[in-house]
Amino acid sequence: MTRRFYSASLFSGLLLAACALAHPAQAQTDLLSDLEKQTADSTKREVVAATFKGTHIINAQSIETPGHGTLAFLIQHRFGTLNSGAYEFFGLDQAVLRLSFEYGLTDRLAVGVGRSSIDKTFDGFLKYKALQQTTGSRAMPVSVTLFASSAITTLKFNTPANTTERSTASRLDYAYQVLIARKFSPSLSLQLMPTLIHRNYVPLDGMQNDVYSIGAGLRQKLTKRIALTADYFYLLPGYAADNYYNALGLGVDIETGGHVFQLHVTNAQGMTEKFFVPQTNGNFFDGDIYFGFTVARNFTVKSQLK
Amino acid sequence: MKRPFFLLLPTFLLCTGLTYSHAQGKYMTKTGQVSFFSATPIEDIEAKTQQVAAVLDFSTGQLAFSLPVKSFVFKRTLMQEHFNENYMESDKFPKATFAGHFVGFDAATLNAAGPHTVQVEGDLTLHGVTHRVQVSASVELKDGQVLASATFPVASADYNIEIPLLVRNSIAKSVTVRVALACAPAAGAVGAASPQR
Repeated sequence: MTRRFYSASLFSGLLLAACALAHPAQAQTDLLSDLEKQTADSTKREVVAATFKGTHIINAQSIETPGHGTLAFLIQHRFGTLNSGAYEFFGLDQAVLRLSFEYGLTDRLAVGVGRSSIDKTFDGFLKYKALQQTTGSRAMPVSVTLFASSAITTLKFNTPANTTERSTASRLDYAYQVLIARKFSPSLSLQLMPTLIHRNYVPLDGMQNDVYSIGAGLRQKLTKRIALTADYFYLLPGYAADNYYNALGLGVDIETGGHVFQLHVTNAQGMTEKFFVPQTNGNFFDGDIYFGFTVARNFTVKSQLK
Repeated sequence: MKRPFFLLLPTFLLCTGLTYSHAQGKYMTKTGQVSFFSATPIEDIEAKTQQVAAVLDFSTGQLAFSLPVKSFVFKRTLMQEHFNENYMESDKFPKATFAGHFVGFDAATLNAAGPHTVQVEGDLTLHGVTHRVQVSASVELKDGQVLASATFPVASADYNIEIPLLVRNSIAKSVTVRVALACAPAAGAVGAASPQR
C-alpha cells in the first residue's frame, strides 16, 4: 500500500514536471495555432485577382479594369505585314496606332476613350465587372465582365472618288461583349467572349449589319513576370466569315515594375472590336502577320490609401 | 487501491489548469494594424492592413500575430497586384505570422501608467521563410485595453523576396514595418472568444 502510494506520487510528480516543462516550449506555437484557428473563417470569400495582366489580352479586351482611381494610358501599335518584303522593311515602314485612356470609376466600372489611326476612328467604351471569381465557400467559378463600345469614323468621304458625304449615323459602329474568364491556376487563365458587332452602314449588298463571333483568350505564365498570351475570334457563318478571316493573336506579356509590355503577332491590323472581329483580311498562315505591341502605363489619380 | 487515482486527478487538473488559470492576462484583437514603408529617392511605397489578429498572453509571456497578406492596401492598384503576384506570392503563402515571447518582462509592470518598453523575441514567417527576430516594442495598459506598438526593419532578401533589377532603385532593400494594436481582454482561453463574430 505504501509502496504503491510512493510510486503513484512519484509518477504524478514526474507528470507534473513534464507538464510544466513542456508548457513554455509549446505555448508559442500553440498560441499561434489557436489564433489561426480562431481567425479562420470558413465562410470567407476572396476575390481572385490578376486573371490577366493587362486590360487587353492582345486584340481582345480582358476582364480586367484599371481599378478605382487608376488612369491607364495605352499605346497600341501595329507594324505592316511581315510578308511585305525587304522594300517595306518587313512591315516596319508602316505603322498604325491606337492611343487610349481607361479610367476606373470604381473597382468594377471603367470608362475608356481611344483614337485609332485606321479610318481616323474615335471609340468610347464602358466596361463593368458584373461577377468576380472567388475562392472560399460558395465560390464563384468565373469572372464576368460586360463590355460595350461605340466607334465613329471621322474620315472625309467627300473625295473625288466618293462625292457624297456620309451621315453621322452611318459612321457609327457598336460592339457588345460578355467576357467570361476563369483563373484556373496562378499561371493559367482562360477567357470566352461571345461578341456582337453592329454596323449602322455596310458598303456592299449582302454584308451583315450584325456580325456574331465567339472569341477565346488565354494567358499562361512562364515566369513570375513573363507570360504567353493568345486570343482568337471565330466568326459565325455569314458574309463576314466567307470573306474575311478569323482574328488570331499570339503574344508575350513582359512586366517591368510600373509598365506592362505586350508584344505580339496577329493577322488583324485594327485595334478596336469593329475592325478585328468582322473585317480581318490577313491570312495568318500566308504570312499576313502584323508585328505589334501594347504599352500600358498606369497613373494613380485617387490613392486607395486614406 | 483507489488512492493512486486520487493522486493522479489533482495532477491532471494542475496540468490543464496551467494553461488556463491566468486567462485574465490574455489580450487579443482581430483588427490590429500593420503598415510598411519603403523609401527611395525615386518612389515611396506604403501599404496598410487593419486585419491583423494578435494575442498577447502576459501570464505566460507569449504572443502571436497573424495577418492575411492579401489584406494590404496600397496607394496604387498595380503595386498591390505586383506585391501579391510577384513579391509575396500570396496564393502560395497567404499568411504572415509571428510567434514569440517577451524577454525579461514582468507583467506587473503593466499596472503602472504610461507606455513601457519591452523586448520581444520570436519567429517571423513571411513568404514561407522563418527568421528569428528581436524587436523593441512598447506596451501600455489603458482603459482596460493593451496598446502595443513596434517598429522594425524587414529585409526582403532575408525572406527570399526577389526584387528584379529594373525596379531595384525604386524599392528599398529593407522596409520599415509598423505594428499598432489595441487588444481587449480575452475571456477565458483564446478559443473561448471565438463565438463573437
